[in-house]
Amino acid sequence: MIRFVLKKLLFIFVSLFVLASATFFLMKAIPGNPFMSEKEIPRAIKEMLEAKYGLNEPIWKQYLTYMNNLLHLDLGMSMKQQYTTVASIIGTGFLYSLQLGIFAIILSIVAGVLLGIIAALNHRKFLDTFTILLAVLGVSIPNFVVAAGLQYFLGVKLRWFDVAGLNDPTDYVLPMIALAVLPAAFIARLTRSSMLEVLTADYIKTARAKGLSGRVILVRHALRNAILPVVTYIGPMTANIITGSVVVEQVFGIGGLGKFFVNSITNRDYTLIMGLTLFYAVILMAARFLTDLAYAFIDPRIKLSSRKEG
Amino acid sequence: MERILEVKDLRVNFKVRGGIVQAVRGVNFHVNKGETVAIVGESGCGKSVTAQSLMRLIPSPPAVTTGSIRFKGEEILTKSLRQMETIRGKEMGMIFQDPMTSLNPTLSIGKQITEGLVKHQGMSSEAAKTRAVEMLKLVGIPNPESRVSQYPHEFSGGMRQRAMIAIALACNPSLLIADEPTTALDVTVQAQIMSVLKDLQTKLGTSIILITHDLGVVADSADRVIVMYAGKVVESGKTRDIFKNPKHPYTRGLLRSVPRLDQKKDEPLIPIFGTPPDLIKPPAGCAFCARCDEAMRVCVNNDPALVPVEGEGHTAACWLNHPLAGEGGESA
Repeated sequence: MIRFVLKKLLFIFVSLFVLASATFFLMKAIPGNPFMSEKEIPRAIKEMLEAKYGLNEPIWKQYLTYMNNLLHLDLGMSMKQQYTTVASIIGTGFLYSLQLGIFAIILSIVAGVLLGIIAALNHRKFLDTFTILLAVLGVSIPNFVVAAGLQYFLGVKLRWFDVAGLNDPTDYVLPMIALAVLPAAFIARLTRSSMLEVLTADYIKTARAKGLSGRVILVRHALRNAILPVVTYIGPMTANIITGSVVVEQVFGIGGLGKFFVNSITNRDYTLIMGLTLFYAVILMAARFLTDLAYAFIDPRIKLSSRKEG
Repeated sequence: MERILEVKDLRVNFKVRGGIVQAVRGVNFHVNKGETVAIVGESGCGKSVTAQSLMRLIPSPPAVTTGSIRFKGEEILTKSLRQMETIRGKEMGMIFQDPMTSLNPTLSIGKQITEGLVKHQGMSSEAAKTRAVEMLKLVGIPNPESRVSQYPHEFSGGMRQRAMIAIALACNPSLLIADEPTTALDVTVQAQIMSVLKDLQTKLGTSIILITHDLGVVADSADRVIVMYAGKVVESGKTRDIFKNPKHPYTRGLLRSVPRLDQKKDEPLIPIFGTPPDLIKPPAGCAFCARCDEAMRVCVNNDPALVPVEGEGHTAACWLNHPLAGEGGESA
């Protein structure tokens, strides 16, 4: 167990190093820099700015300086937003994305797993077909359409919710649904197919022959075995959702992390690009790490130290 | 002797795309207290379906089960699902063919034994665990105290089947249905499992229905044998009578296809040629007719009834046993 954790941590560290390096050089390869604008800046000012942020140094030297700072967990200052550290930008943005994301994740798991079970139990009947239809719609409709639709019908027409902003608790409902639709649909399909497989397994027959009630068989025997593929998906999905969605945040006017991803690149805000990329990577790897732990918890055949079995 | 199970005119039909498969076509048999009854026959003869319908484990739809199954004087087929839950596991236990897949991989062996005990006998989880350890000891698993908290993947095939037996017998049911309990196991382990079953039967007084196609296992452990073919019973009787004096060509064929120790080295085994009939459209006459080398004209269109033949409780469904058969009365 401890060896597994240490191995994973080392792996995460190496991955982050490779990722940071690759991003750094790719970013420098894009033409332009943070101080370009339509209006020509006087040469002297430009040079001063470049000197301040170390952009006049050779690239390898900039790289070493950045990596050194990174080792000290210093992400630097934003090059576009004066007097703001990258860490504080990520901090405030992440707060919104995280709050919204957690609700969306809970909603998508609960709705997805429930729909999947209902579909599997009614295999080839109306409810199954209906759920599958919903899931296909959920996967194929882009979330900005869902978001705009929710705003129009529930916000503008029925006036149940505010159209944008995050001022009181009910404001979370619409963006939460918009974020949850796609993962919920995906989870429903995963749960359904995996449940269908498990329900025909011999050990389900054994459980029935023991005289257990349908509910116990479903939850203790079937769902526990069927949930693994869903857990696999939940890991990366969590990372994806809590780091914010550009589109949904834009539509609902929420100052989450999502919009910075796009803006930082168009602005060539070098330090912010690096900071966000690394932050996303850390969240993703942490989510995967937790997924691995969850596996071992759910399925005793999976040993953390040697991953050969299962 | 007290009859604990009485099956009358059991029929199981499956609706499939091409029509209706008549998997079991009017089966009658009974099981006495404490005895072992073997049901033998080749794949697809309806023996497993018969066994599983005793516990109503065949999903319906698509299956339609008719007839009568009286267990301890009560009709099984009219019971509600809730009532069935109190019979399954408590009054009837079942062991399945493949111990590799019939245990839940995510629950410990102990949990899988205790959940029945907690449900049917209202035991506390500690009492149930003590009982689980006892059961594991009873089926011959070494170190039951530590084994009880292990998972199925930590058990070998033979050990898993022993655990299955422990699960099936935990609540001390009066009837154990063993559906090919040794088929998936090594020959050496097969013998061990059968001796565990026999041993427990004498200790607990359980009746056993043994479904198998292994005549060696049957000869060794069954009191009575029921031979099934194409969804019907073609011969039944005491094990000794069936082996010494088979009265149906199918039974004779099965016996001929088993290798014997006293067989000459170059003497080939004689298989039963052909395949069983399509049970969507079963033949009008004897179902074995097309594969039978003693078939007569009467067999084609007239299905023989199960009639008493030589030997106590020995019955067979074959026109050859008709008084006229020996006299060349083929025109009957």
